[in-house]
Amino acid sequence: MRFSFTPEQDEFRTSLRRALEARSPTKEVRRQMATEQGFDREGWQKLNREMGLSAVHIPETYGGAGFGYGELGIVLEEMGRSLLCAPFFSTAALATTAILNAGTDAQKKALLPKIASGDVTATLAFSELGGQNDAASVALTARGNRLNGTKSFVLDGHTADLIVVLARRPGSTGDDGLSFYTVDGGAKGLTRTPLKTMDETRKLARLEFKDVEGKLLGIEGAAAAPFARTMQQVLICLANEMVGGADRLREDALAYVQMRMQFGRALASFQTMKHKAADMLVDVELAKSAAYYAAAALDEGDKDVPMLAALAKAAASEAYLQTAIHAVQMHGGIGFTWDNDTHLWFKRAKSSEILFGDANLHREKMMQHWGDAR
Amino acid sequence: MSEPTEEAVRAEVRAWLEANWNPELGLVEWRLKLCESGWGAPHWPRQWYGRDLPVKFNSVVDEEFARIGAVGVAKAGIRTLAAATILAHGTDLHKEKFLKRILTGEDTWCQLFSEPGSGSDLAGAVTRADRRGNKWVINGQKVWTTSAHKAHWGLLLARADWDAVKHKGLAYFILDMKQPGVQVHPLKQMNGHASFNQVFFTDAIVEPEFLVSDVGDGWKVATTTLMHERRGADGLRNWATAAGKAGRIYEEEKAEVATTMEPYKWYPQRAGRVDLVMQRARETGKIDDPVVRQEIARLLIMSKAAEWTARRARAAQEQGRPQGPEGSLGKLVSSHIARQAARVHTYITGADALLSGKDSPMDGVIAEILVSVPAGSIAGGTDEIQRNIISERVLKMPKEPSVDTDRPFKDVPRNIAAS
Repeated sequence: MRFSFTPEQDEFRTSLRRALEARSPTKEVRRQMATEQGFDREGWQKLNREMGLSAVHIPETYGGAGFGYGELGIVLEEMGRSLLCAPFFSTAALATTAILNAGTDAQKKALLPKIASGDVTATLAFSELGGQNDAASVALTARGNRLNGTKSFVLDGHTADLIVVLARRPGSTGDDGLSFYTVDGGAKGLTRTPLKTMDETRKLARLEFKDVEGKLLGIEGAAAAPFARTMQQVLICLANEMVGGADRLREDALAYVQMRMQFGRALASFQTMKHKAADMLVDVELAKSAAYYAAAALDEGDKDVPMLAALAKAAASEAYLQTAIHAVQMHGGIGFTWDNDTHLWFKRAKSSEILFGDANLHREKMMQHWGDAR
Repeated sequence: MSEPTEEAVRAEVRAWLEANWNPELGLVEWRLKLCESGWGAPHWPRQWYGRDLPVKFNSVVDEEFARIGAVGVAKAGIRTLAAATILAHGTDLHKEKFLKRILTGEDTWCQLFSEPGSGSDLAGAVTRADRRGNKWVINGQKVWTTSAHKAHWGLLLARADWDAVKHKGLAYFILDMKQPGVQVHPLKQMNGHASFNQVFFTDAIVEPEFLVSDVGDGWKVATTTLMHERRGADGLRNWATAAGKAGRIYEEEKAEVATTMEPYKWYPQRAGRVDLVMQRARETGKIDDPVVRQEIARLLIMSKAAEWTARRARAAQEQGRPQGPEGSLGKLVSSHIARQAARVHTYITGADALLSGKDSPMDGVIAEILVSVPAGSIAGGTDEIQRNIISERVLKMPKEPSVDTDRPFKDVPRNIAAS
């Protein structure tokens, strides 16, 4: 198992970080998050092309760069750090992964090159009004190729050019009868309603399907396994994004107490601050190790991936939120103001904590898989 | 002189071992041969029982010893810290008198640093060293001294100059433990074991030549000892070369190791015994309790993430890259793990956790976990000191303003006696 990044990976991270710092200062984040669509399409396409971001883990056969989840993890970690407003997670982590897991070779050849080039944004619609993340809760039906029902909490669902939809054969239950369909973002009968989100940097939408025509992706009735696999990969992607944000919050809070003087000395010289900062470092570094390890396990085809995905997400959920709580506290009153940037990451920590299942859920899932892993 | 190759070193040590190794020798007899040849401590100077080899070859030499099943020099206990300190700061007389008997294992050592009045604040030691005639006279008390009751010699940090500032008034001595002025009493711990001692000095005598370095440099010398202590850390390594092999020398080594390891027998329990958790949860049926499952998962996440963090640090080191912050967190994380493990063992054990010894599960092991875990976050640098180290060395946060380093030590406030 790989335990450290190669010099090439480090170099890639450095240049990406530099590009993101230039493209996505918090002023820009605030500007984008206030818009309904949540990102600037032209700016995103430019950055995406320059850095080849949405091509990272797409195989070369399908127009991608042919890297793995280790590299995708780096991109996501840096995006979590910079809070870049772009439909990257929805396109690369969700839709691309689902297509790779479920699609036929011909479908991948048709769909992935446009995603890799950055021309098409995409998402995966699986949750419905209850917000569940499991296949069994899917109620949206597919009769022939006609989709009927409602999806909700769909990441970038109101802007995606291509939507991968998880649907079921009428009358089927549980893991049976599930299929993926691809739907054009502008399809007839599809109503897309943006939701007002607590974390404004993470846009969600409700999608209503009335006799919408979809194209079957992969094998009819056999989506349960590729969906489960996709969710494991997505959890690992999210964990990597989260540790990037947590580390940034930690560093910003540290920089603040270093320069802030109270009672005639730097706040950073008070042991209560030093110990909090040390604890934050421990939390973030442990969560990083779990996220990195899980990504490496994916690339190596490790059989423990289901356990590791749950573990990494549970660890990141706790660490990110705890770091955010400490970071606000270290800033004091200013940390609770809108003008201070801390709340941008605090809200991202909160939304990430809940997205695709919280720590309680994933600790339980981890325990269910622990036996297999031993 | 150019550095030898690994192959050359391997060939040389192998040839020497094949010619000389004999499991029917006495332990000391064999180790004297190691001293003569330098193969017992190959990275030491040639003049002092070594071979002047770069330290990286030690693993090659160790492999060859293991291959043939040869016993090495005495390595367990405080004696290795004594050797490192003497090599760095000692006089030729010290080296002559002590190094060989350290390697043969004939002498046992102890470390007389911690005091009842100063635990984490080691440099605040108040054991007195006063000059009387040409001798040093020692009065005071040390504590947490492993093996003091067996030790022949002690590494002593004592205050020789009360007008100097704290770190400048200390002297470092080698003290003869077998003298009337030194009294050793076991210190019983909350888990019932007595792995350490209290050592009392009443006009104990140190001959002038056993002062290490100069008066006032004691702290600097102590830092060398502490650095080696941290490096060797756990004290839990299994030193026995070839458990179960037949031969006089193996018997003698086994006895030596057993004596040295005796104080550490509860250390696995101190770390929380994460390894027992799943087995215990299954045996008791608590594995089906959703609340307990959450707590077990928290523990396993912490424990796995700590393991991976340590491996990240090692991987960086092996690639010759600068170590990131991940290398400094282990000690603090191990305290968190131990505490969470004790919590989980309690949930799993239920009412049986009220019992101890043979009445409690696993012949008392579970009970011993519950009352041993508090030691981990204190011994070897408290959690608070670890957090200071992380915040100051890794995060570059400023030290707290100090109030004890700007005046003669005699004017620094001391503990207020309990009424």
